[in-house]
Amino acid sequence: MSDPAMTVYRLQACPFCERVVRTLTDMGIEYESRFVEARHSRRDAVKRIAGVRTVPVLVDHATGVTMAESANIVEYLERAYGESDPQAEEPTATADGGDV
Amino acid sequence: MNLGFDITALPATEHVRSGDQAPAFSKPVVTAEFWEETSLQTLLEDGPVVLVFHAMDGDFPATYTFQGIVEAGWADWDRAQVVGVSISTPYEHRDFQREWDGFEAFSFVSDPACELGAAYGATHELDGMSITEHRPAVFVIDTEQAVQYAWVAEEYPAFPPYDDIEAVVTGL
Repeated sequence: MSDPAMTVYRLQACPFCERVVRTLTDMGIEYESRFVEARHSRRDAVKRIAGVRTVPVLVDHATGVTMAESANIVEYLERAYGESDPQAEEPTATADGGDV
Repeated sequence: MNLGFDITALPATEHVRSGDQAPAFSKPVVTAEFWEETSLQTLLEDGPVVLVFHAMDGDFPATYTFQGIVEAGWADWDRAQVVGVSISTPYEHRDFQREWDGFEAFSFVSDPACELGAAYGATHELDGMSITEHRPAVFVIDTEQAVQYAWVAEEYPAFPPYDDIEAVVTGL
């Protein structure tokens, strides 16, 4: 198994996780899935990595970005890897104020 | 009243043997923190693997097998990792790890269709049930993916020869 570019910490049938996975799939980005437990108190791995116990959590191995909250993740992915974005390699650039 | 175990002889099986290339696989592997699709190759990147085929999580065969492993101190090995294999789902493996002292030190492959059982030649038809599960077996696999040792039960129930396996691992 090669190392995919991203790791998604997710929960089975979690709609917010599905949203992130759907975005990754639509964008053709390879990812590996790590399923965690339904109970928040048992998500120590997620807490250690992302500082929170919520899922989904995305780890982008190329940029070192680790983030929670599906809306933030989708926004990050679209900004960093979206086709129409000319600054695709600069995920931290925010000065353009939106889509061209 | 007979409180002893009835030991049943198992049919002969063509199984993977010492010197064979270990059949490759990719399956969900459950650790204490998450479960993730993992290949044998990926497991071997961390060192030799001791694959422990066992009955489905839940009753004494699986529990005794791993209590024996805990008592033998295999959790402390630095030269090989112990990986359980059964037909149980990832959630069942997680409960199994949590239920018994020391089991969280080991990871567990979820193989509901018993594909590893078939590939390694170690399956067991549960009498009276349409369930094929793993026959008790242990395969020591080195980082070249070569089988260095194989034990496959010839009767049921059966528990691994812990001392023999430890001797093999010590010599890796």
